[in-house]
Amino acid sequence: MEPLSFPLLSTLVFLPLVGVLVLLFVDRENHAVQRWTALTVMSGGFVLALFVYAGFDPGTVAFQFEEKHTWIPGLGISYHVGIDGISLLLVMLTAFLGPICVLACWTDIRVRLKEFLVCLLFLQTGMLGVFVSLDLILFYIFWEVMLIPMALLILMWGHPARRIYAAVKFFLYTMAGSVLMLVGILVLYFYQARTTGTASFDWTTMAGLSLPFSLQLWLFLAFGLAFAIKVPMFPFHTWLPDAHTEAPTVGSVVLAAVLLKMGTYGFLRFNLPLFPDASVFFMPLMVALALVGIIYGAFMCLVQKDLKRLIAFSSVSHLGFVILGIFSFTVQGVQGGVLQMINHGLSTGALFLLVGMLYERRHTRMIADFGGLSTPVPTFTTFFMIATLASIGLPGLNGFVGEFLILLGTFHVKPVWAVLGATGVILAAWYMLWMVQRVFYGTVTHAENATLRDLVPREIGLLVPVVAMMVWIGVAPTSFLQKSEPAVQHVLKNVQESVRTAQGRSTPWMMACAAWEHLKGK
Amino acid sequence: MSALTVLYECQGIVPALILSATGVVILLLDAFSPLGRKGRLGAVAVTGTVFALGSLAVAPSGAEFFHGMVVWDRFSVFLSAVLMVGALLVFFLSFDPLRRSGLECGEYYALVLFATTGMILMVQAAHFIMLFLGLEIFSIAIYILVGMPRHEKRANEAALKYVLLGGFASGFLLYGLTFIYGATGSLSMSVMAAQLGKADAVFNSYLLFGSALVLAGFAFKLALVPFHLWTPDVYEGAPTPITAYMAVGVKAAVFGALVRTFWVALPTVHPHWAVFFWALAAVTMTVGNLMALAQESVKRMLAFSSIAHAGYLFVAVVADSKEGLTALLVYLLAYTVMNVGAFGVMVAVQNRQESGERLEDFRGLSSRSPFLAAFMALFLFSLAGIPPTAGFVGKFMVFSAAVQSGYTWLVIIAVINSVIAAYYYLRVVIMVYRPGEEAAAEDPASEAARLSAGERGALFGAGALTAVVGLWPNAFWDLARQAVHVLF
Repeated sequence: MEPLSFPLLSTLVFLPLVGVLVLLFVDRENHAVQRWTALTVMSGGFVLALFVYAGFDPGTVAFQFEEKHTWIPGLGISYHVGIDGISLLLVMLTAFLGPICVLACWTDIRVRLKEFLVCLLFLQTGMLGVFVSLDLILFYIFWEVMLIPMALLILMWGHPARRIYAAVKFFLYTMAGSVLMLVGILVLYFYQARTTGTASFDWTTMAGLSLPFSLQLWLFLAFGLAFAIKVPMFPFHTWLPDAHTEAPTVGSVVLAAVLLKMGTYGFLRFNLPLFPDASVFFMPLMVALALVGIIYGAFMCLVQKDLKRLIAFSSVSHLGFVILGIFSFTVQGVQGGVLQMINHGLSTGALFLLVGMLYERRHTRMIADFGGLSTPVPTFTTFFMIATLASIGLPGLNGFVGEFLILLGTFHVKPVWAVLGATGVILAAWYMLWMVQRVFYGTVTHAENATLRDLVPREIGLLVPVVAMMVWIGVAPTSFLQKSEPAVQHVLKNVQESVRTAQGRSTPWMMACAAWEHLKGK
Repeated sequence: MSALTVLYECQGIVPALILSATGVVILLLDAFSPLGRKGRLGAVAVTGTVFALGSLAVAPSGAEFFHGMVVWDRFSVFLSAVLMVGALLVFFLSFDPLRRSGLECGEYYALVLFATTGMILMVQAAHFIMLFLGLEIFSIAIYILVGMPRHEKRANEAALKYVLLGGFASGFLLYGLTFIYGATGSLSMSVMAAQLGKADAVFNSYLLFGSALVLAGFAFKLALVPFHLWTPDVYEGAPTPITAYMAVGVKAAVFGALVRTFWVALPTVHPHWAVFFWALAAVTMTVGNLMALAQESVKRMLAFSSIAHAGYLFVAVVADSKEGLTALLVYLLAYTVMNVGAFGVMVAVQNRQESGERLEDFRGLSSRSPFLAAFMALFLFSLAGIPPTAGFVGKFMVFSAAVQSGYTWLVIIAVINSVIAAYYYLRVVIMVYRPGEEAAAEDPASEAARLSAGERGALFGAGALTAVVGLWPNAFWDLARQAVHVLF
């Protein structure tokens, strides 16, 4: 294809690094200039992302804004970026939250602000890079690079008590998953080289392969483990509460809003299109883990005493929905999953921002330390309420659309799954509203809370866009859904094909499922 | 042989000649220069090495000299360059510690130059006698260097251990060579290869036994498990710049010799050892990493981590393919720069405070000298194999070669090992960036934060190479591929 005149995606991805360069020359003590530099760069990135959004053509399934340069020609590694409808939405989310994150740490971070902003900008480059990479090695590099700034954010600016433990746990968990993905990438590469003679790590050539079933199984596991840890899915979730709780506010926001999406994005980008038969094979397992995650995460929320930990566990539950939607293999389900990634980014991001603001004022996050906050801080309460309602899926706000689509898609495949998933929605209403009741309603029980300062204009300014997006998606989701629909259909093409052909094939899982159906019927 | 022919043949060993001549000049100058001004000798050593490095550019490719004793091909040029880069970085590192500990003398630089000469001759060797000579030249020089701080107990212990076990290694090697000589009738690699190529059945028990002994000798020098027991004590006792030099230089030279032995001289033998190679690689990296986990001293931790890296390097040998050997060369380059870099930061910390070996000494380094902290993080992340650093490129190429040859399980063991390794490297990074030390923070422009000229040369050099190999590996990969190409 014709090379584009302006490398929009590369500029978007590497703009934060320009900010890093500028920051290196700013005086350490000059916090104001540092903040404004970071804010300008992040806002510039968002403006570029708007250009990408405006120029994106939803009528085609091909990758757009593609750039391809050879990097290590001998090994078939190239710098290849491009976006489709799915990555477009995630890129938009990442770029949208960039300036908001800088605003959120405006007064919060006082120690080593410069290093903090450098980490944040590096993180932004890494995350955008993951979503636009179309070369598996490039993807892997961005995926790994991003670990370092995130671990440093937790380590250096986290909550003093357990930040080292949390940072190390986060780093090792993620790395353990991703190195096996590297082995998977290599196996895939050499399989391709042997069978077709093309030595390339390019996603687009690998998507055309038809792999033997046994190889698909192993590769699904190798890739899937990396993604399942990142999501995090049920048995691999234990790093998440620690990392979230100990991270600084902005760290939690980025972690919840964007980093976790890299896992679900990975399933959509790699596992479904590349290993369709294995995806069908593992579907019962994945759905089971997703359902366990939804319900287990919700029950864990009910017993949390710490606001941040509660929201962290609610992420486990919400991401379970995304996985459920993706592995329903229906267009509605996956569309719902994609939208739910954005929704979760907005609503959980907002909740972490709000808890951070509360922590800045009161230096505690324990639910028991609050009560009756609606009287001293009415504006804060309003915003928190909106974010809560978005998170539990009130119609008219974004959460509803995503969850509804996911449950709809799942219902088509197996009504029982949808029923079990729906209990997660009910439980979410329970734990979130109960938490809101304990924190904001009733009388003020602690004297310190009576004199809390309400939101300042900066804080309102950074929350209003997030809330506006929640309402926008809630009222008019079509404009977003239609951007991702062709891509979703394209992703599902292989899998739906193998769902059809797999009807006749018997595998242990399907035999187990069939046996179960049989027993139920008797 | 007339004088003129000798002179002609000398073009095959130009770098070695320049290095040893520089060493001799330094010894002479040392005798005439007053105490306290010996620092200039370091500059001479650096100049000589730079010239020797430059002489590689005019290397005649693929020619054998001195009646097939040495060969100057692209393979030896690549490894010689790696060795000399390592030596250069070590020279820069040595300036300050030598001045500080009063060890400043010409012999130090001269011995490092002689050791490098020996290593270069070893990778150039086309004849087993030459190979053995090279091995002995650098071994003896390093025995002395390890024991250089002669009033220190630890250094004495280290030197003695190294001499004794090094003697065993040489003995194994020689004993093995006698069997190989008996089986093939020659010690010249090309004659041997021709001899083996003719024989239909090469399953000769003398040959196998001999090659096993040679392998054991190499394994001693490379510190492969279970031949590694001397490593931690010797690495810990030696002066830190010498530890860095041993860890990288000896590995590069011996791996070069190993490749020549098993691929050029005995191409039909190593398939018999494939399972053994496999086990050696797996055990070496696992034991090295597990032992490194338990160390409280960073120097000892790096010693065990160098054992683990020998294991990763051996994975490339197991792969037994052109790609594998290419990966081996790239990894050796990456390992040289990042490992010298990591030891370099340790030397810089030692320059600033009494000791710089314990984990505790690195606490809060980021507030005392942010530059050193950043370098330490770079080198350790590179050793851990996090992209986009040289360490990742090396690991990636090694693993991909092994997967290509069908050793997927070995690669899975290797990647699990690199997660274990990430933990102990991360422990140091956390110590360096440990929060809560702000009270002790000094002015970043203070004495501790500023780097001396030697430190700057070593750290910026190693850091730049770590980044360049990580970001643009293509050029280095190409050179390595051409280097390996000449062997087949």
